[in-house]
Amino acid sequence: METEKDRRAPGGLPLTKRLSQRLAHGDIGSLPVLLGLLLIAVVFQIANPNFLTPVNLTNLFVQIASVGTISVGVVLVLLLGEIDLSVGAISGFCAAIMAVLSVKAGLPGWAAVLAGLVSGLLIGLFQGWWITKLHVPSFVVTLAGQLGWQGALLWVLGSTGTINLNDHFIVGIVNTRLPVWVGWTIGGAVVVFFALNNYIERARRIANGLEPKPLSTVAARTVLISAIVLISVAVMSVNRNPQRDVPIMGVPTAVIILLALIILFNFITVRTQFGRSIFAVGGSAEAARRAGINVDRIRILVFVLGSFLAAAGGILAGSRLYAVNQSSGSGDVLLNAIAAAVIGGTSLFGGRGSTWAALLGSLVIGSIANGMDLLAFASSVRFMITGAVLLLAVTLDSYTRARRELSGD
Amino acid sequence: MEQRQRSPVLELKGISKRFGAVQALSEVDFEVFPAEVVGLVGDNGAGKSTLVKVISGTYRPDAGTYRFEGREVEIGTPREAADLGIQTVYQDLALCDNLDVVANLYLGREAKRSLIPGLVEVIDEITMERRSVDFIRELHVRIPSLRSRIAALSGGQRQSVAVARAAMWNSKVVLLDEPTAALGVEQTLQVKELIHRLREKGLAVVVISHNLADVFDVSDRIVVMRLGKRVAVFETHVTNQEQVVAAITGALFGKEGNHDGD
Repeated sequence: METEKDRRAPGGLPLTKRLSQRLAHGDIGSLPVLLGLLLIAVVFQIANPNFLTPVNLTNLFVQIASVGTISVGVVLVLLLGEIDLSVGAISGFCAAIMAVLSVKAGLPGWAAVLAGLVSGLLIGLFQGWWITKLHVPSFVVTLAGQLGWQGALLWVLGSTGTINLNDHFIVGIVNTRLPVWVGWTIGGAVVVFFALNNYIERARRIANGLEPKPLSTVAARTVLISAIVLISVAVMSVNRNPQRDVPIMGVPTAVIILLALIILFNFITVRTQFGRSIFAVGGSAEAARRAGINVDRIRILVFVLGSFLAAAGGILAGSRLYAVNQSSGSGDVLLNAIAAAVIGGTSLFGGRGSTWAALLGSLVIGSIANGMDLLAFASSVRFMITGAVLLLAVTLDSYTRARRELSGD
Repeated sequence: MEQRQRSPVLELKGISKRFGAVQALSEVDFEVFPAEVVGLVGDNGAGKSTLVKVISGTYRPDAGTYRFEGREVEIGTPREAADLGIQTVYQDLALCDNLDVVANLYLGREAKRSLIPGLVEVIDEITMERRSVDFIRELHVRIPSLRSRIAALSGGQRQSVAVARAAMWNSKVVLLDEPTAALGVEQTLQVKELIHRLREKGLAVVVISHNLADVFDVSDRIVVMRLGKRVAVFETHVTNQEQVVAAITGALFGKEGNHDGD
C-alpha cells in the first residue's frame, strides 16, 4: 500500500481516478459507433426478422471481410494524418495480377496470392516514396494512383474482361468454414489470452508500485469481450442449412483473417515503437522529427502497409466472388473503406484512432447495405443513408476535437 | 570569471556567424557553469537566437571554439548536441498533443522489452511510467496524471513537460527559449520553480527571455547581447533592471567593463 501511494502523480488526484476519467474519455471514441450499430440492428430486426439470424450475421461478416481489411490500411494512413485514395484501385489491380498468374499463367494458388500481395507492397513503396521524397501531397499522388491502377487493372485483364478463379487454394481463402470445434478452440483461446493479458498487466503495475486500473473496469471489459467473442462463435456454429441434408456451420475463414489482421495491426500500432512513431508523426511531424524519429521512413512504411492491406482486401474479394473483373476494386470500395475507418472513430486529422475502427465502421456500412438488401431497398437509398452516417461521424470527430482544444485543463 | 573554482560546462570563445551581408554574431564569448542559470537577454535581432542555435547545433559557426566540459568539440547537428547532453526547448515545445505525458517524455527513446526474444520487442510502458513518475516527482512538477494527453494540459503544464523532457537523459545544459512567454502568473511561477529545481540538480540552464522581471527571478548571471556582440555580463544579485535595460539599448557602453567579469 505504501508504494502505491508513493507513485501517485505529485500534487494531483490519485491515478485511479484520473485513469478512469481518461478511460471514460477514451471510450467515447467508440461509444457512438457501438450505439449506432445497436440502433441499426434493432431497426432492421423490427423491419425484417431475418436480419438477426445466424445465416445473415455470418454472411454480413463474410461480406465485410474485404472492405474491412482495406479499411485497416486506411486507418494506418489516417493515423499519419495522410489519405490514400488509391486503395480501391490497388485492391482490384493486385487481385487481377493474382487471377492472371493463377488462371492464365497456371501458377500455383499460393504463389499467385503471394505475387498479388508483393505487388501491393511495391505499389505502396512507389507511392510512399513519391509522397515523402518529392513532397507531393498524398491526396494527389493517390488520386493519380486510383486512376492509374484502374487502368493497369484493365490492361492486365486484357480482352477477357472477367477471369473466373478455379484454384482451390484461392477460392478457399474465404469460402471455407472451420470445423465447429476449431472455432470454439480459437474463441476460447482468445478469451483466455485476453483475460490473462489483463491480469498480468495488472500484476506488473502493482509490482512496480503503479496504480492499477480498477478491478471492476478490467473485469467488466473482460466479461464484455468474452461475451462478444463467445456469442459470435456460437452464432456461427449453428447449422445455417437446416432444411437440407448437408449442414453448413462453423466460423468462416474470412472472419478469422479479418480479425487476425485487426489484432495484429492493433498490436503493432499500440505496443511497438514503430506504432508509437506513427501516432507521433500524426500528432506533430515536427515534434517527431526533433525527437529523432525518421519521419520519412515511417511515412513510406505506412503507405506500404496501407497498400499491402488493400491488395489483401482485393484478394479476399476475388476469392469470395470466385472472379476478378473490370469493376473489381472500383465503385464504392474505396469510399466504403475510408468511410468505415472514419465512422469507426479514426480521426481525419491524424494521430487518433484504432484498427478496431475498421471493424466497427465496416460493420455499420455492411449492416446498412445488408439490411437494405433484405428489405429490397434500392441502392439510391442505401447510398444516401451511408452518406448521412459518414457525415454524422465526421461531424462528431470535428466537434469532439474542437471541444478537446477548448478544454485547456 | 576567474574567481570561480568550477570550470564551465559549456564555453564558447570568439564565435562569429554571418548570413550573407548580416553579421549575426561577432566574436561572442559565452560560458555557463554547472548548477547555474544564465539569462540571455537583448533586443530583437541582437543575436540571442543565433547564439542559441549555434549552441544547440542548428548553426555551425564561421569562427570560434566550442568547448564542452573542457574538451573542444565540433557540433554540426542538433543530434550531436543532444548526444553531449545539450537540450533545447523552443517556444513551440515540440510535444505531440495526441500522446500522453509518458509517451512524450520517452518519444523516440522508448524503453523496450522483448516479447519473443530476438523477434518481437514491445514498448515497456510500466518501466517508462515508473521512471517518469519518479523523475517528475523529483522535479516537483504538478501534473494531474502522467497518462493524460498533452492536449488536456494547461500551458504551464505543457511547458513543464517539455522542460522535464529536456532535463532527462543525463542532460548537462538546458536551453529554454522564452519559457514563460505565453503563460499566466500562476503558470509562470510553476516554470520558474522548475528552473530552480534543474539548478539544484546541477544542470546548467540558459534562459532566453524578453521578460526582465522573470530573468531577474531565476538567473544567477545575465548576459546581454546587442548587435551580434556580447556587450555586458551582470551578476544578477548585484545589478538592477535599469542597468540591464541600459545595456540592452546601448546606453551603458562606458560602464560595461565594471560589470563584465564580476
